[in-house]
Amino acid sequence: MIDIAHLDPDRCGVLTLDRHLVRFVDRLRTSGLVVPLGSTLAFGRAVAEVGAADRSGVYWSGRATLVCRPEDIGTYDEVFDHHWTGAPLRGRVPVARHPVTLSLDRAGDPPPDDDHDDGSERGEDHLEVRWSRAEVLAARDFAGCTDEELAELHDLMGRMRLFGATRRCRRLRPTARRGRQDLRRTVRAALRTGGEPLRRCFAEPGERPRRLVLLLDVSGSMEPYARALIRFLHAAMVGRRDVEAFALGTRLTRLTRELSTRDPDAALSRAAEAVTDWSGGTRLGDGLRVFNDQWGVRGMARGATVVVLSDGWDRGEPVVMAEQMARLGRVAHRIVWVNPLKASPGYAPLARGMAAALPYVDRFLEGHTLDSLRTLAEVLAED
Amino acid sequence: MPPAGTVHDVASVDEVVTGLGAQGYLVDEGLGTAVYLALRLRRPLLLEGEAGVGKTEAARALAAWSGGELIRLQCYEGIDVSQAVYEWDYSRQLLHLRAAEAAGTAAGSDAATLEDELYHERFLVRRPLLRSLSATGGVPPVLLIDEVDRADDEFEAFLLEILSDYAVTVPELGTYRAEVPPVVVVTSNRTRDVHDALKRRCLYHWVQHPDVDREVEILRVRAPHVSASLARDVATVAAELRDMGMYKPPGVAETLDWAEALVLIGVDDLDAEAMDITIGTLLKYREDQDRLRSRGFGEVVGLLRGA
Repeated sequence: MIDIAHLDPDRCGVLTLDRHLVRFVDRLRTSGLVVPLGSTLAFGRAVAEVGAADRSGVYWSGRATLVCRPEDIGTYDEVFDHHWTGAPLRGRVPVARHPVTLSLDRAGDPPPDDDHDDGSERGEDHLEVRWSRAEVLAARDFAGCTDEELAELHDLMGRMRLFGATRRCRRLRPTARRGRQDLRRTVRAALRTGGEPLRRCFAEPGERPRRLVLLLDVSGSMEPYARALIRFLHAAMVGRRDVEAFALGTRLTRLTRELSTRDPDAALSRAAEAVTDWSGGTRLGDGLRVFNDQWGVRGMARGATVVVLSDGWDRGEPVVMAEQMARLGRVAHRIVWVNPLKASPGYAPLARGMAAALPYVDRFLEGHTLDSLRTLAEVLAED
Repeated sequence: MPPAGTVHDVASVDEVVTGLGAQGYLVDEGLGTAVYLALRLRRPLLLEGEAGVGKTEAARALAAWSGGELIRLQCYEGIDVSQAVYEWDYSRQLLHLRAAEAAGTAAGSDAATLEDELYHERFLVRRPLLRSLSATGGVPPVLLIDEVDRADDEFEAFLLEILSDYAVTVPELGTYRAEVPPVVVVTSNRTRDVHDALKRRCLYHWVQHPDVDREVEILRVRAPHVSASLARDVATVAAELRDMGMYKPPGVAETLDWAEALVLIGVDDLDAEAMDITIGTLLKYREDQDRLRSRGFGEVVGLLRGA
């Protein structure tokens, strides 16, 4: 039996090493790591191999067997310190919400100065949204929907099918008389005719839908729409395969895992939990940069259809926005920008971020109603 | 090479670290432990990390150290069984049919006999996965499944079967089970998430860029003609660039290239001018180079002298 007293003198008086390891895994689970049973067993065997004599052996055994995503390393380190040395858990610190003031100005007013940043000095964003009061009331758009209506809309979104553009893949599919000869099937067929290859078979490259990447702006100015559009993201995720979803706010959050469950309520609550900066400020350009660096340019956006759902309001430098959109444009098959504000009459892409992004956008669409999302689905199905 | 027996009998983490180090591949305790456990528990090792941190190199070093054959399967979009596991040599099969016909045996024998002849091992083309499972006795081969994130989901599901039982079924012939399970290294650049089921079967290690001291060691081992002072300068600058938020932070391969380039043009004392003309070996995006230029080579070199 390995002497473990030195590992944690306070707590493990009567615990055997096994129990101690299992407790540690339990703690990891309560801290949010997904650890399957098999991994716990592997952890036990790993510690037995490496030995529990020194801390780093146990640490690395756990890292190799219990952690399988770099995002989890921080949590693991923290729980490890807490469990084996009694260091206090820091826990998740919620990101402070950034107050946003929305003010509506009448259509026909001169465009506001570009000087939006004075609001930020007072610690809040001051947004001038250029739609008229009458329009807001008349248009049945997402912003005015109650929760019940949203749930109903979610249902309807679930019936939409996002086929998306296709591309050739390397997998072959049998054809009647096109493409290359398929020798495998020709030989098989020859056996049936006494070894005489009478019937020749053909195959050609098949097609696959292009990956669809959805980037949803969850900043304060988008709040009325983000509630509805997150449902659209979920509907898209369960409706077809190879969809990736991200939330863009003050930081980038990947939502693919959270949203890929079929149950809409579970998906939405998981997503809400994962995004710590709902209705915060906007760093759209920076968010895109992080997306490009960590996911997009490295492969996820390559040859994919990328849909950005945002009002284009960006507190960062427009030049950053332009640069990141250009990068994204160089790898993506197509960039579709869905802006809920576009539907309002007299709308012009004046938000600096939007103006900077527009040259790199292939299709610029509205996204304020279910109908406009149907249009989006049609656009995605083109070519 | 490890002492008696196969790599699976390696005795300690230190032995792994020393063994791989002797092959010019320097590992820290984390990767050393992961490799050790993969060998002892006979589990595949999944290595993820940025491009250029030396994931593939780990498998090479492991093969060189153990003396096992390195069998590499490069994954790509649409890879399937015929490229990864086995295929029949169809042209030879057709020829065989012709020959049988010419000899007049085809008509005489029934279809079943003909089929047995046709789907015989001698017409079987073994692809990497099947080859790695067919080793008999001796040192187990090292199977490198490179960039698994490029393959599609279907292929990943297929890998599951092989990686859990070290066995694969060829419908016409039966099941091949490895006498000596290969040492399996799976790498991913994380352009998408590898499926959880696959991760469950593997041990996992996230490979990071080395710190300055380790990178100096790596440079000294891999490029012995680079002087100690130049190696330190190169590693320090590389670490600095990785902190600058480049689109493509330089990997170990790039720092090696850069050090070699500097030696080649006869620079031993890094200065702004030498950096300017060789920067293409280190930074491969125009934007990254611009970012460095706007900060000034002089300033970066100044960091070295200040330190």
